[in-house]
Amino acid sequence: MTDTAISKPKYNDDVIRLFTIAALFWGVVGMLVGLWLALELTWPILNFNEHFNFGRLRPVHTSGVIFAFGGSVLFATSYYCVQRTCRTVLWGGKFLPLFTFWGYQAFIVMAAVGYIFGITEGKEYAEPEWYAKLWLTIVWVAYLLVFLGTLIKRKEPHIYVANWFFLSFIVTIAVLHIVNGLSLPVSIWGTKSYSLFSGVQSAMIQWWYGHNAVGFFLTAGFLGIMYYFVPKQAERPIYSYRLSILHFWSLIFIYIWAGPHHLHYTALPDWAQTLGMTFSIMLWMPSWGGMINGIMTLSGAWHKLRDDPILQFMIISLAFYGMSTFEGPMMSIKEVNALSHYTNWTIGHVHSGALGWVAFISFGALYHMIPKLWNRTGMYSTNLIRAHLWIATIGIVFYITSMWVAGITQGLMWRSYDAQGFLQYSFSESVQAMHPYYIIRAFGGLLYLIGMLIMLYNVWKTIKPGCARDCGQQSCCAAGKEA
Amino acid sequence: MFKHHDKLERNSILLLIAIAIVVSIGGIIEIVPLFRIETTIEKVQGIRPYTPLELMGQNIYIREGCYLCHSQQIRPLRDEVERYGHYSLAAESMYDHPFQWGSERQGPDLSRLGGKYSNEWHTAHLTNPRSVVPESIMPPYGFLKDRSVDLHNIADHLRTLRVLGVPYTDDMVAHAYEDAVTQAQENGNISGLTSRYGAKVTAASFDGQSNMVSEMTALIAYLQRLGNMVDFTTYNPDLDPRNLPVGIKKGLEP
Repeated sequence: MTDTAISKPKYNDDVIRLFTIAALFWGVVGMLVGLWLALELTWPILNFNEHFNFGRLRPVHTSGVIFAFGGSVLFATSYYCVQRTCRTVLWGGKFLPLFTFWGYQAFIVMAAVGYIFGITEGKEYAEPEWYAKLWLTIVWVAYLLVFLGTLIKRKEPHIYVANWFFLSFIVTIAVLHIVNGLSLPVSIWGTKSYSLFSGVQSAMIQWWYGHNAVGFFLTAGFLGIMYYFVPKQAERPIYSYRLSILHFWSLIFIYIWAGPHHLHYTALPDWAQTLGMTFSIMLWMPSWGGMINGIMTLSGAWHKLRDDPILQFMIISLAFYGMSTFEGPMMSIKEVNALSHYTNWTIGHVHSGALGWVAFISFGALYHMIPKLWNRTGMYSTNLIRAHLWIATIGIVFYITSMWVAGITQGLMWRSYDAQGFLQYSFSESVQAMHPYYIIRAFGGLLYLIGMLIMLYNVWKTIKPGCARDCGQQSCCAAGKEA
Repeated sequence: MFKHHDKLERNSILLLIAIAIVVSIGGIIEIVPLFRIETTIEKVQGIRPYTPLELMGQNIYIREGCYLCHSQQIRPLRDEVERYGHYSLAAESMYDHPFQWGSERQGPDLSRLGGKYSNEWHTAHLTNPRSVVPESIMPPYGFLKDRSVDLHNIADHLRTLRVLGVPYTDDMVAHAYEDAVTQAQENGNISGLTSRYGAKVTAASFDGQSNMVSEMTALIAYLQRLGNMVDFTTYNPDLDPRNLPVGIKKGLEP
């Protein structure tokens, strides 16, 4: 009796497997489009067709990596984590979790196809038109119900910290999406709609949304992943429970205020800009609270970091998280922003967070989760994980260093005066100066994509059908050398 | 503090409510006053809703993702004002649903593009950017020239925007189609158009094709209107009370 009470309940892993495969698929697609865009900026001749022009494809890339790849990872990991930390199967029976999968994939396809044909609301990271946004709202409410329902029927007395982050991510994204998405269609038979807000209010609401898409989708959600998968992989408890309480509440409270730093020196009233800057600087501390809690979880287990590339993925991701959450507050200082805004520095900053933090913690979690989901003893090849890790890390370094130099160069060229007091450079000279950095950036992106393809191969070899559990054949299943 | 946290950790609904409250505060404080404080948008002369043709042009601008590489927001910094013109006012984008301020400058700021270049230049530049700016990395948009702008429900566009607060009159809505076509002609009778949208409205076959109202025509009509609506002879932002330092502002009060 006691045995059955302690043994694992039968979890709903079907939907997690689906989301895992979707994440890998969208990761490749989103990064491939990103590489193509980088090449278009380098050699504009590549804009050969209206559907694949930079302006049409850019939202395909951003939505592809953030919402399709990142979103699928979040669904997969949150479903995985919430069942195991609540010791209960997903709420909503077979249907509702499956609905969130197909519904979400349908949303992605609906949005992406629209972008290629120029159907967009014209708000960054919130481009889908009204019908796709309505559909996403339904799917998202279903997601909230599944997650919350599972929390409510949990067998554990406490809600584990990772689930606080997942819950705050789901709730806040719902609020942001609904408010920023308010729009009026011209006709219910057409795709075009006009945003409810205009001008300065529309700017403020859009960046309240935009920055908190970063804060809650790309940070709180992935911190949830960190809080479950880092302790699991390191086989250590979280470093500090008190720190997690402190940084959770301060993070979600402060993040919401930071949006106006995207609007420094614009027509947005000064008081709002100042609030945005102040809270952005304050955000540094709760962000580092998360980083410290993650990295210090290894205390007493540092030796594991030497051999385990999955743990290396996770710890490097936390290092990038710490770095970009220092860079962000710095760039939100008005005087720094005067130089950095509108330049490639911002692109570099975003990618150090996205490639370094978000995607690396995802890779770590996926490598941890996949063998368990498919009943394998480990990944097919640990060396291929290592190859992925280092190729991707070098790719990031090329990407962000080239964008730092490019951005600062741009900023300085725009504000440079000659001895007579005239502007020294025309705008087109600043465009020309970007060319070498764009080549380096595209190369960095290529390396990162290669890493992703290595992962895809490794995962395929691990999960391919016809491979019986624990058959022990190196050529067939995961070898589990390290296990 | 940590002792009481236990309650939240044991009750999902309580946790949900606490999260909802905590994440709402910042947004409410930063957003709601923007709708309430009267000085958020300057009172200036000259701002008018877009003509139907310009509006269609803006929609093409959005459709093609121009805002992803071009900003429409000049900051009050010395070099920007010298390079692009007077810094942007909130009033100038008050009828943009949504705003087009942008976040990146892969290309230059377009806030005050209107009137800077000829229609012929724009046509050549949009068709093949590198024919006039060799360093440009902009995609070509020649296909806009071959396609008629979709005007079949143009009045509905104006009606929709009117619901959202853009002051389109019944007259403007009733003549939307006619105004769009008139503005795209070189020598049409524009008296109706100017009576509705003001004497500064310019009509032309913007892309040089007189046999059709192309998407490029609409786009250029929009681009030529960017940033030249405000009458800076009647508005001096430096004397606007909202821009004065607090001490001086107090001195001016009766």
